[in-house]
Amino acid sequence: MFSFEQDPGANFGELLKRVGLSPFGDSLPVNEILVPHATTCVALRCANGVVMAGDRRATSGNLISHREMEKVVQADQFSGVAIAGAAGPAMEMVKLFQLQIEHYEKVEGQSLSLEGKANQLSMFVRSNLPAAMQGFMVVPIFAGYDTLLNHGRLWNYDATGGRYEEHDFVATGSGMLHAGTVLRMGWRRDMTVDDGVVLTARALWEASVADSATGGPDALRGIYPVVASITSDGFARIDDVLLKSTYEEIAKGIGQK
Amino acid sequence: MSMPFYVAPEQMMKDRADYARKGIARGRALIALQYIDGIALIAENPSNTLRKISEIYDRIAFAGVGKYNEFDQLRVAGVRAADLKGYQFSRLDVDARGLANQYAQILGQTFTHEMKPLEVEILVAEVGLTQEQDQLFHIMYDGTVIDEHQFTVLGGDMEAIRTRLVERFVPQASLQEAVKFAHQALSLSDQQIASSELEVAVLVRNNSRRCFSRLSEATIIQYLA
Repeated sequence: MFSFEQDPGANFGELLKRVGLSPFGDSLPVNEILVPHATTCVALRCANGVVMAGDRRATSGNLISHREMEKVVQADQFSGVAIAGAAGPAMEMVKLFQLQIEHYEKVEGQSLSLEGKANQLSMFVRSNLPAAMQGFMVVPIFAGYDTLLNHGRLWNYDATGGRYEEHDFVATGSGMLHAGTVLRMGWRRDMTVDDGVVLTARALWEASVADSATGGPDALRGIYPVVASITSDGFARIDDVLLKSTYEEIAKGIGQK
Repeated sequence: MSMPFYVAPEQMMKDRADYARKGIARGRALIALQYIDGIALIAENPSNTLRKISEIYDRIAFAGVGKYNEFDQLRVAGVRAADLKGYQFSRLDVDARGLANQYAQILGQTFTHEMKPLEVEILVAEVGLTQEQDQLFHIMYDGTVIDEHQFTVLGGDMEAIRTRLVERFVPQASLQEAVKFAHQALSLSDQQIASSELEVAVLVRNNSRRCFSRLSEATIIQYLA
Protein backbone atom coordinates (compact mmCIF):
# COMPACT_ATOMS: atom_id res chain seq x y z
CA MET A 1 0.00 0.00 0.00
CA PHE A 2 1.08 3.58 -0.65
CA SER A 3 1.45 6.45 1.77
CA PHE A 4 -1.13 9.20 1.48
CA GLU A 5 1.14 11.50 -0.56
CA GLN A 6 2.30 8.70 -2.86
CA ASP A 7 -1.17 7.24 -3.48
CA PRO A 8 -1.83 7.17 -7.25
CA GLY A 9 -5.62 7.07 -6.78
CA ALA A 10 -7.41 5.60 -9.76
CA ASN A 11 -4.68 6.57 -12.23
CA PHE A 12 -3.09 3.46 -13.69
CA GLY A 13 -0.36 5.42 -15.50
CA GLU A 14 0.76 6.99 -12.21
CA LEU A 15 0.64 3.57 -10.57
CA LEU A 16 2.99 2.26 -13.26
CA LYS A 17 5.39 5.15 -12.57
CA ARG A 18 5.36 4.42 -8.82
CA VAL A 19 6.32 0.81 -9.39
CA GLY A 20 8.83 1.64 -12.15
CA LEU A 21 6.98 0.08 -15.09
CA SER A 22 6.04 3.18 -17.06
CA PRO A 23 6.56 2.69 -20.81
CA PHE A 24 6.56 6.43 -21.60
CA GLY A 25 9.25 9.05 -21.42
CA ASP A 26 12.21 6.73 -21.93
CA SER A 27 15.03 8.21 -23.98
CA LEU A 28 15.19 6.82 -27.48
CA PRO A 29 18.01 6.60 -30.03
CA VAL A 30 18.33 9.74 -32.15
CA ASN A 31 18.69 7.89 -35.43
CA GLU A 32 15.35 7.04 -36.93
CA ILE A 33 14.76 3.31 -37.20
CA LEU A 34 12.26 1.64 -39.44
CA VAL A 35 9.30 0.20 -37.51
CA PRO A 36 5.89 -0.96 -38.71
CA HIS A 37 3.39 1.82 -39.24
CA ALA A 38 -0.36 1.48 -39.17
CA THR A 39 -2.35 3.69 -41.47
CA THR A 40 -5.83 4.82 -42.43
CA CYS A 41 -8.68 4.93 -39.92
CA VAL A 42 -12.02 6.69 -40.17
CA ALA A 43 -15.05 7.29 -37.95
CA LEU A 44 -18.37 8.99 -38.48
CA ARG A 45 -21.40 9.94 -36.46
CA CYS A 46 -24.77 8.52 -37.43
CA ALA A 47 -28.29 9.04 -36.11
CA ASN A 48 -28.00 6.57 -33.23
CA GLY A 49 -24.27 6.31 -32.57
CA VAL A 50 -20.94 6.11 -34.36
CA VAL A 51 -19.24 3.83 -36.90
CA MET A 52 -15.45 3.31 -36.86
CA ALA A 53 -13.32 1.58 -39.45
CA GLY A 54 -9.66 0.88 -40.13
CA ASP A 55 -7.77 -0.96 -42.86
CA ARG A 56 -5.60 -3.97 -41.97
CA ARG A 57 -2.20 -3.06 -43.42
CA ALA A 58 0.96 -2.20 -41.48
CA THR A 59 4.02 -1.05 -43.44
CA SER A 60 7.75 -0.63 -42.78
CA GLY A 61 8.97 1.76 -45.42
CA ASN A 62 7.92 0.21 -48.71
CA LEU A 63 7.39 -3.26 -47.26
CA ILE A 64 4.13 -4.66 -45.93
CA SER A 65 4.96 -5.89 -42.45
CA HIS A 66 1.53 -7.14 -41.44
CA ARG A 67 -1.67 -7.65 -43.37
CA GLU A 68 -4.08 -8.50 -40.56
CA MET A 69 -3.54 -5.71 -38.09
CA GLU A 70 -6.54 -4.61 -36.07
CA LYS A 71 -6.47 -0.84 -35.69
CA VAL A 72 -10.00 -0.39 -34.42
CA VAL A 73 -10.11 -1.64 -30.87
CA GLN A 74 -12.84 -1.69 -28.28
CA ALA A 75 -11.90 0.52 -25.32
CA ASP A 76 -14.84 -0.39 -23.12
CA GLN A 77 -18.54 -1.15 -23.47
CA PHE A 78 -19.42 2.20 -25.09
CA SER A 79 -16.23 3.39 -26.75
CA GLY A 80 -13.50 2.44 -29.17
CA VAL A 81 -10.11 3.67 -30.35
CA ALA A 82 -8.71 3.62 -33.86
CA ILE A 83 -4.97 4.14 -34.26
CA ALA A 84 -2.66 5.32 -36.97
CA GLY A 85 1.10 5.69 -36.61
CA ALA A 86 3.98 3.61 -35.26
CA ALA A 87 2.38 0.24 -34.49
CA GLY A 88 4.41 -0.65 -31.39
CA PRO A 89 3.80 2.49 -29.33
CA ALA A 90 0.23 2.69 -30.67
CA MET A 91 -0.66 -0.82 -29.51
CA GLU A 92 0.98 -0.18 -26.16
CA MET A 93 -1.00 3.05 -25.83
CA VAL A 94 -4.28 1.30 -26.59
CA LYS A 95 -3.51 -1.46 -24.11
CA LEU A 96 -2.74 1.11 -21.42
CA PHE A 97 -5.82 3.12 -22.31
CA GLN A 98 -8.09 0.09 -21.99
CA LEU A 99 -6.47 -0.76 -18.67
CA GLN A 100 -6.77 2.80 -17.40
CA ILE A 101 -10.50 2.86 -18.11
CA GLU A 102 -11.08 -0.51 -16.47
CA HIS A 103 -8.79 0.31 -13.54
CA TYR A 104 -10.62 3.58 -12.90
CA GLU A 105 -13.97 1.83 -13.06
CA LYS A 106 -12.89 -0.80 -10.53
CA VAL A 107 -11.14 1.54 -8.10
CA GLU A 108 -13.79 4.27 -8.20
CA GLY A 109 -16.79 1.98 -8.58
CA GLN A 110 -18.13 3.81 -11.64
CA SER A 111 -17.06 4.47 -15.23
CA LEU A 112 -15.34 7.62 -16.43
CA SER A 113 -17.53 9.91 -18.53
CA LEU A 114 -16.91 9.74 -22.30
CA GLU A 115 -15.36 13.20 -22.15
CA GLY A 116 -13.08 12.00 -19.34
CA LYS A 117 -11.92 9.07 -21.44
CA ALA A 118 -11.21 11.36 -24.43
CA ASN A 119 -9.19 13.62 -22.14
CA GLN A 120 -7.25 10.69 -20.72
CA LEU A 121 -6.30 9.51 -24.20
CA SER A 122 -5.10 13.03 -24.99
CA MET A 123 -2.67 12.81 -22.07
CA PHE A 124 -1.35 9.48 -23.33
CA VAL A 125 -0.74 10.96 -26.80
CA ARG A 126 1.01 13.97 -25.28
CA SER A 127 3.30 11.81 -23.16
CA ASN A 128 4.36 10.08 -26.37
CA LEU A 129 5.56 13.42 -27.83
CA PRO A 130 9.32 12.82 -27.34
CA ALA A 131 8.97 9.55 -29.27
CA ALA A 132 6.80 11.26 -31.89
CA MET A 133 9.63 13.76 -32.51
CA GLN A 134 11.83 10.79 -33.41
CA GLY A 135 9.39 9.34 -35.87
CA PHE A 136 7.21 7.15 -33.64
CA MET A 137 4.10 9.23 -34.02
CA VAL A 138 0.77 7.92 -32.74
CA VAL A 139 -2.44 9.64 -33.87
CA PRO A 140 -5.63 8.01 -32.63
CA ILE A 141 -9.34 8.61 -33.14
CA PHE A 142 -11.59 8.14 -30.15
CA ALA A 143 -15.30 7.52 -30.59
CA GLY A 144 -18.11 6.38 -28.39
CA TYR A 145 -21.71 6.58 -27.36
CA ASP A 146 -22.25 9.15 -24.62
CA THR A 147 -24.71 7.56 -22.20
CA LEU A 148 -25.30 10.90 -20.46
CA LEU A 149 -26.13 12.86 -23.65
CA ASN A 150 -27.57 9.87 -25.55
CA HIS A 151 -25.71 10.37 -28.81
CA GLY A 152 -22.47 9.35 -30.47
CA ARG A 153 -19.32 11.54 -30.19
CA LEU A 154 -15.98 11.62 -32.03
CA TRP A 155 -12.56 13.00 -31.20
CA ASN A 156 -9.55 13.57 -33.37
CA TYR A 157 -6.01 14.05 -31.97
CA ASP A 158 -2.72 15.49 -33.09
CA ALA A 159 0.77 14.32 -32.11
CA THR A 160 1.02 16.85 -29.26
CA GLY A 161 -2.09 15.53 -27.55
CA GLY A 162 -4.36 18.19 -29.02
CA ARG A 163 -7.92 16.96 -28.72
CA TYR A 164 -10.57 18.10 -31.21
CA GLU A 165 -14.17 17.03 -31.00
CA GLU A 166 -15.64 16.44 -34.47
CA HIS A 167 -19.35 16.52 -35.12
CA ASP A 168 -19.67 14.70 -38.43
CA PHE A 169 -16.75 12.48 -39.37
CA VAL A 170 -12.98 12.15 -39.03
CA ALA A 171 -10.14 10.42 -40.87
CA THR A 172 -6.53 9.86 -39.81
CA GLY A 173 -3.38 8.20 -41.15
CA SER A 174 -1.67 8.26 -44.54
CA GLY A 175 -4.90 7.77 -46.50
CA MET A 176 -6.78 10.43 -44.57
CA LEU A 177 -7.10 12.84 -47.51
CA HIS A 178 -8.74 10.33 -49.82
CA ALA A 179 -10.86 8.66 -47.15
CA GLY A 180 -11.84 12.05 -45.73
CA THR A 181 -13.02 13.27 -49.12
CA VAL A 182 -15.27 10.24 -49.57
CA LEU A 183 -16.74 10.83 -46.12
CA ARG A 184 -17.26 14.52 -46.86
CA MET A 185 -19.13 13.70 -50.08
CA GLY A 186 -21.28 10.93 -48.63
CA TRP A 187 -21.99 11.94 -45.05
CA ARG A 188 -25.54 12.86 -44.07
CA ARG A 189 -26.90 13.86 -40.68
CA ASP A 190 -29.60 11.19 -40.54
CA MET A 191 -27.44 8.22 -41.57
CA THR A 192 -28.22 4.83 -40.05
CA VAL A 193 -25.50 2.50 -38.80
CA ASP A 194 -25.90 0.44 -41.99
CA ASP A 195 -25.38 3.54 -44.15
CA GLY A 196 -22.33 4.35 -42.04
CA VAL A 197 -20.84 0.89 -42.60
CA VAL A 198 -21.21 1.25 -46.37
CA LEU A 199 -19.72 4.77 -46.39
CA THR A 200 -16.71 3.91 -44.21
CA ALA A 201 -16.07 0.79 -46.30
CA ARG A 202 -16.13 2.95 -49.42
CA ALA A 203 -13.83 5.53 -47.83
CA LEU A 204 -11.20 2.89 -47.02
CA TRP A 205 -11.57 1.42 -50.50
CA GLU A 206 -10.82 4.75 -52.16
CA ALA A 207 -7.90 5.38 -49.81
CA SER A 208 -6.42 1.97 -50.64
CA VAL A 209 -6.71 2.73 -54.36
CA ALA A 210 -4.66 5.92 -54.09
CA ASP A 211 -2.40 5.30 -51.07
CA SER A 212 0.12 2.46 -51.07
CA ALA A 213 0.23 2.26 -47.26
CA THR A 214 -3.52 1.58 -46.98
CA GLY A 215 -4.67 -1.97 -47.54
CA GLY A 216 -7.86 -2.73 -49.46
CA PRO A 217 -10.19 -5.70 -48.94
CA ASP A 218 -8.35 -8.97 -49.62
CA ALA A 219 -11.09 -11.33 -50.83
CA LEU A 220 -8.74 -14.23 -51.57
CA ARG A 221 -7.39 -14.33 -48.03
CA GLY A 222 -10.73 -13.26 -46.53
CA ILE A 223 -9.25 -10.15 -44.92
CA TYR A 224 -11.61 -7.18 -44.64
CA PRO A 225 -11.24 -3.89 -42.77
CA VAL A 226 -12.27 -3.83 -39.13
CA VAL A 227 -15.58 -1.97 -38.92
CA ALA A 228 -17.45 -1.45 -35.67
CA SER A 229 -20.57 0.35 -34.55
CA ILE A 230 -21.14 1.87 -31.12
CA THR A 231 -24.74 2.60 -30.14
CA SER A 232 -26.79 2.52 -26.94
CA ASP A 233 -26.41 -1.28 -27.15
CA GLY A 234 -22.63 -0.91 -26.91
CA PHE A 235 -19.67 -1.76 -29.13
CA ALA A 236 -20.33 -4.30 -31.89
CA ARG A 237 -17.97 -5.44 -34.60
CA ILE A 238 -19.46 -5.73 -38.07
CA ASP A 239 -19.38 -9.26 -39.42
CA ASP A 240 -16.98 -10.09 -42.28
CA VAL A 241 -19.85 -11.66 -44.26
CA LEU A 242 -21.61 -8.29 -44.38
CA LEU A 243 -18.37 -6.50 -45.31
CA LYS A 244 -17.74 -9.01 -48.08
CA SER A 245 -21.13 -8.34 -49.66
CA THR A 246 -20.68 -4.58 -49.15
CA TYR A 247 -17.39 -4.68 -51.06
CA GLU A 248 -18.91 -6.86 -53.78
CA GLU A 249 -21.56 -4.16 -54.28
CA ILE A 250 -18.91 -1.44 -54.40
CA ALA A 251 -16.87 -3.43 -56.95
CA LYS A 252 -19.99 -4.01 -59.09
CA GLY A 253 -20.70 -0.30 -59.17
CA ILE A 254 -17.17 0.41 -60.35
CA GLY A 255 -17.30 -2.35 -62.99
CA GLN A 256 -20.35 -0.77 -64.63
CA LYS A 257 -18.51 2.42 -65.47
CA MET B 1 13.13 6.84 31.22
CA SER B 2 9.95 5.04 32.12
CA MET B 3 9.68 1.32 31.54
CA PRO B 4 6.55 0.03 29.80
CA PHE B 5 4.59 -2.57 31.73
CA TYR B 6 5.38 -6.13 30.77
CA VAL B 7 2.57 -7.82 28.87
CA ALA B 8 2.93 -11.48 27.96
CA PRO B 9 2.88 -12.03 24.19
CA GLU B 10 0.04 -14.56 24.56
CA GLN B 11 -2.03 -11.95 26.33
CA MET B 12 -1.21 -9.30 23.74
CA MET B 13 -2.27 -11.54 20.84
CA LYS B 14 -5.42 -12.59 22.64
CA ASP B 15 -6.36 -8.97 23.34
CA ARG B 16 -5.84 -8.02 19.72
CA ALA B 17 -7.83 -10.99 18.46
CA ASP B 18 -10.69 -10.20 20.83
CA TYR B 19 -10.66 -6.59 19.71
CA ALA B 20 -10.76 -7.52 16.01
CA ARG B 21 -13.44 -10.19 16.52
CA LYS B 22 -15.68 -7.77 18.40
CA GLY B 23 -15.39 -5.20 15.64
CA ILE B 24 -16.21 -7.75 12.95
CA ALA B 25 -19.14 -9.31 14.82
CA ARG B 26 -20.76 -5.87 15.19
CA GLY B 27 -21.06 -5.58 11.38
CA ARG B 28 -23.58 -7.33 9.18
CA ALA B 29 -22.95 -10.67 7.53
CA LEU B 30 -22.16 -11.74 4.00
CA ILE B 31 -22.56 -15.04 2.17
CA ALA B 32 -20.79 -16.40 -0.89
CA LEU B 33 -22.11 -19.59 -2.43
CA GLN B 34 -21.82 -21.60 -5.61
CA TYR B 35 -24.77 -21.97 -7.94
CA ILE B 36 -25.03 -23.81 -11.21
CA ASP B 37 -23.56 -21.03 -13.41
CA GLY B 38 -21.05 -19.44 -11.05
CA ILE B 39 -20.68 -17.87 -7.63
CA ALA B 40 -23.22 -15.58 -5.96
CA LEU B 41 -22.22 -13.08 -3.28
CA ILE B 42 -24.97 -11.74 -1.05
CA ALA B 43 -24.49 -9.17 1.69
CA GLU B 44 -26.74 -7.37 4.08
CA ASN B 45 -25.92 -3.76 3.28
CA PRO B 46 -28.25 -0.81 3.85
CA SER B 47 -26.07 1.49 1.76
CA ASN B 48 -26.62 1.69 -1.97
CA THR B 49 -23.26 3.28 -2.71
CA LEU B 50 -20.76 1.98 -0.16
CA ARG B 51 -20.18 -1.49 -1.51
CA LYS B 52 -19.10 -4.58 0.37
CA ILE B 53 -18.74 -6.66 -2.80
CA SER B 54 -16.73 -5.56 -5.80
CA GLU B 55 -14.81 -6.59 -8.88
CA ILE B 56 -11.07 -7.22 -8.71
CA TYR B 57 -10.32 -8.81 -12.05
CA ASP B 58 -11.86 -10.75 -14.93
CA ARG B 59 -12.86 -13.80 -12.89
CA ILE B 60 -12.17 -12.54 -9.37
CA ALA B 61 -14.40 -10.76 -6.88
CA PHE B 62 -13.71 -9.27 -3.47
CA ALA B 63 -15.99 -9.05 -0.47
CA GLY B 64 -15.32 -7.61 2.94
CA VAL B 65 -17.06 -7.25 6.28
CA GLY B 66 -16.11 -5.16 9.27
CA LYS B 67 -14.74 -1.65 9.13
CA TYR B 68 -15.52 -0.11 5.74
CA ASN B 69 -12.45 2.10 5.33
CA GLU B 70 -10.15 -0.80 6.17
CA PHE B 71 -11.53 -3.36 3.76
CA ASP B 72 -11.95 -0.72 1.05
CA GLN B 73 -8.23 0.02 1.29
CA LEU B 74 -7.56 -3.69 0.88
CA ARG B 75 -9.92 -3.82 -2.11
CA VAL B 76 -8.02 -1.02 -3.89
CA ALA B 77 -4.70 -2.73 -3.11
CA GLY B 78 -6.10 -5.90 -4.69
CA VAL B 79 -7.25 -4.13 -7.86
CA ARG B 80 -3.81 -2.55 -8.17
CA ALA B 81 -1.93 -5.80 -7.64
CA ALA B 82 -4.15 -7.63 -10.14
CA ASP B 83 -4.03 -4.93 -12.85
CA LEU B 84 -0.25 -4.61 -12.50
CA LYS B 85 0.30 -8.34 -12.75
CA GLY B 86 -2.01 -8.61 -15.76
CA TYR B 87 -0.22 -5.71 -17.47
CA GLN B 88 3.26 -7.00 -16.75
CA PHE B 89 2.58 -10.64 -17.66
CA SER B 90 -0.74 -11.88 -19.01
CA ARG B 91 -4.36 -11.64 -17.90
CA LEU B 92 -4.26 -15.43 -17.41
CA ASP B 93 -1.55 -15.10 -14.75
CA VAL B 94 -3.81 -13.27 -12.30
CA ASP B 95 -5.37 -15.74 -9.88
CA ALA B 96 -7.25 -15.70 -6.60
CA ARG B 97 -4.69 -17.81 -4.74
CA GLY B 98 -1.90 -15.28 -5.34
CA LEU B 99 -4.12 -12.42 -4.28
CA ALA B 100 -5.32 -14.26 -1.18
CA ASN B 101 -1.69 -14.82 -0.17
CA GLN B 102 -0.91 -11.13 -0.61
CA TYR B 103 -3.91 -10.20 1.51
CA ALA B 104 -2.85 -12.72 4.15
CA GLN B 105 0.58 -11.07 4.24
CA ILE B 106 -0.88 -7.60 4.78
CA LEU B 107 -3.37 -8.72 7.42
CA GLY B 108 -0.84 -10.90 9.24
CA GLN B 109 1.76 -8.16 9.21
CA THR B 110 -0.67 -5.60 10.59
CA PHE B 111 -1.94 -8.01 13.22
CA THR B 112 1.50 -8.77 14.68
CA HIS B 113 3.31 -5.46 14.19
CA GLU B 114 0.78 -2.66 14.51
CA MET B 115 -0.97 -1.32 17.58
CA LYS B 116 -4.40 -2.02 16.17
CA PRO B 117 -5.31 -5.04 14.03
CA LEU B 118 -7.53 -4.56 10.97
CA GLU B 119 -11.14 -5.19 11.99
CA VAL B 120 -12.02 -6.96 8.78
CA GLU B 121 -12.63 -10.35 7.30
CA ILE B 122 -12.38 -10.66 3.56
CA LEU B 123 -13.22 -13.08 0.80
CA VAL B 124 -11.48 -13.56 -2.53
CA ALA B 125 -13.63 -15.57 -4.93
CA GLU B 126 -12.65 -16.84 -8.35
CA VAL B 127 -15.02 -18.47 -10.79
CA GLY B 128 -13.39 -21.37 -12.62
CA LEU B 129 -14.16 -22.98 -15.97
CA THR B 130 -16.03 -25.74 -14.15
CA GLN B 131 -17.75 -25.78 -10.77
CA GLU B 132 -14.90 -27.90 -9.34
CA GLN B 133 -12.43 -25.13 -10.21
CA ASP B 134 -14.31 -22.40 -8.34
CA GLN B 135 -12.30 -20.99 -5.45
CA LEU B 136 -13.32 -19.25 -2.25
CA PHE B 137 -10.56 -17.91 -0.01
CA HIS B 138 -11.75 -16.62 3.35
CA ILE B 139 -9.09 -14.49 5.04
CA MET B 140 -9.32 -13.66 8.73
CA TYR B 141 -8.26 -10.49 10.58
CA ASP B 142 -4.96 -12.15 11.64
CA GLY B 143 -4.02 -13.34 8.14
CA THR B 144 -5.30 -16.91 8.45
CA VAL B 145 -6.41 -18.15 5.02
CA ILE B 146 -9.19 -20.70 4.80
CA ASP B 147 -9.78 -22.45 1.48
CA GLU B 148 -13.57 -22.84 1.57
CA HIS B 149 -15.69 -25.16 -0.54
CA GLN B 150 -19.18 -24.57 -1.92
CA PHE B 151 -20.08 -21.67 0.39
CA THR B 152 -18.82 -19.43 3.15
CA VAL B 153 -20.16 -16.93 5.66
CA LEU B 154 -18.32 -13.80 6.82
CA GLY B 155 -19.06 -11.58 9.80
CA GLY B 156 -22.20 -11.11 11.89
CA ASP B 157 -23.59 -14.13 13.66
CA MET B 158 -21.49 -16.43 11.52
CA GLU B 159 -22.25 -19.78 13.13
CA ALA B 160 -26.03 -19.35 13.24
CA ILE B 161 -26.10 -18.23 9.61
CA ARG B 162 -23.89 -21.10 8.53
CA THR B 163 -26.21 -23.61 10.23
CA ARG B 164 -29.21 -22.13 8.44
CA LEU B 165 -27.40 -22.13 5.11
CA VAL B 166 -26.24 -25.76 5.39
CA GLU B 167 -29.88 -26.87 5.69
CA ARG B 168 -30.76 -25.26 2.35
CA PHE B 169 -27.64 -25.27 0.20
CA VAL B 170 -27.45 -27.35 -3.01
CA PRO B 171 -24.61 -26.73 -5.48
CA GLN B 172 -26.92 -27.24 -8.49
CA ALA B 173 -29.28 -24.41 -7.49
CA SER B 174 -30.26 -21.68 -9.95
CA LEU B 175 -29.21 -18.10 -9.23
CA GLN B 176 -32.71 -17.27 -7.99
CA GLU B 177 -32.67 -20.22 -5.59
CA ALA B 178 -29.17 -19.33 -4.38
CA VAL B 179 -30.23 -15.74 -3.64
CA LYS B 180 -33.29 -17.07 -1.81
CA PHE B 181 -31.24 -19.50 0.31
CA ALA B 182 -28.80 -16.77 1.24
CA HIS B 183 -31.58 -14.31 2.02
CA GLN B 184 -33.28 -16.84 4.31
CA ALA B 185 -29.99 -17.73 5.99
CA LEU B 186 -29.10 -14.07 6.58
CA SER B 187 -32.53 -13.19 7.95
CA LEU B 188 -33.35 -14.01 11.52
CA SER B 189 -36.32 -16.39 11.65
CA ASP B 190 -38.84 -13.75 12.73
CA GLN B 191 -37.52 -10.84 10.73
CA GLN B 192 -36.85 -10.85 6.97
CA ILE B 193 -34.22 -8.52 5.55
CA ALA B 194 -35.78 -6.00 3.15
CA SER B 195 -34.70 -6.45 -0.47
CA SER B 196 -33.47 -2.83 -0.48
CA GLU B 197 -30.94 -3.85 2.20
CA LEU B 198 -29.42 -6.63 0.11
CA GLU B 199 -26.36 -6.23 -2.06
CA VAL B 200 -26.04 -9.04 -4.59
CA ALA B 201 -23.30 -9.61 -7.15
CA VAL B 202 -22.35 -12.62 -9.24
CA LEU B 203 -19.35 -14.11 -10.97
CA VAL B 204 -20.91 -15.80 -13.97
CA ARG B 205 -19.19 -18.75 -15.62
CA ASN B 206 -19.43 -17.72 -19.27
CA ASN B 207 -17.28 -16.81 -22.22
CA SER B 208 -17.10 -13.06 -21.66
CA ARG B 209 -13.91 -11.62 -20.23
CA ARG B 210 -15.33 -9.77 -17.25
CA CYS B 211 -17.46 -12.23 -15.29
CA PHE B 212 -18.47 -9.87 -12.48
CA SER B 213 -21.84 -8.13 -12.44
CA ARG B 214 -24.26 -6.71 -9.92
CA LEU B 215 -27.94 -7.55 -9.68
CA SER B 216 -30.24 -4.53 -9.86
CA GLU B 217 -32.73 -3.97 -7.07
CA ALA B 218 -35.58 -4.81 -9.46
CA THR B 219 -34.00 -8.21 -10.17
CA ILE B 220 -33.47 -8.87 -6.46
CA ILE B 221 -37.13 -8.04 -5.71
CA GLN B 222 -38.22 -10.32 -8.55
CA TYR B 223 -36.01 -13.16 -7.26
CA LEU B 224 -37.28 -12.91 -3.71
CA ALA B 225 -40.96 -12.68 -4.67
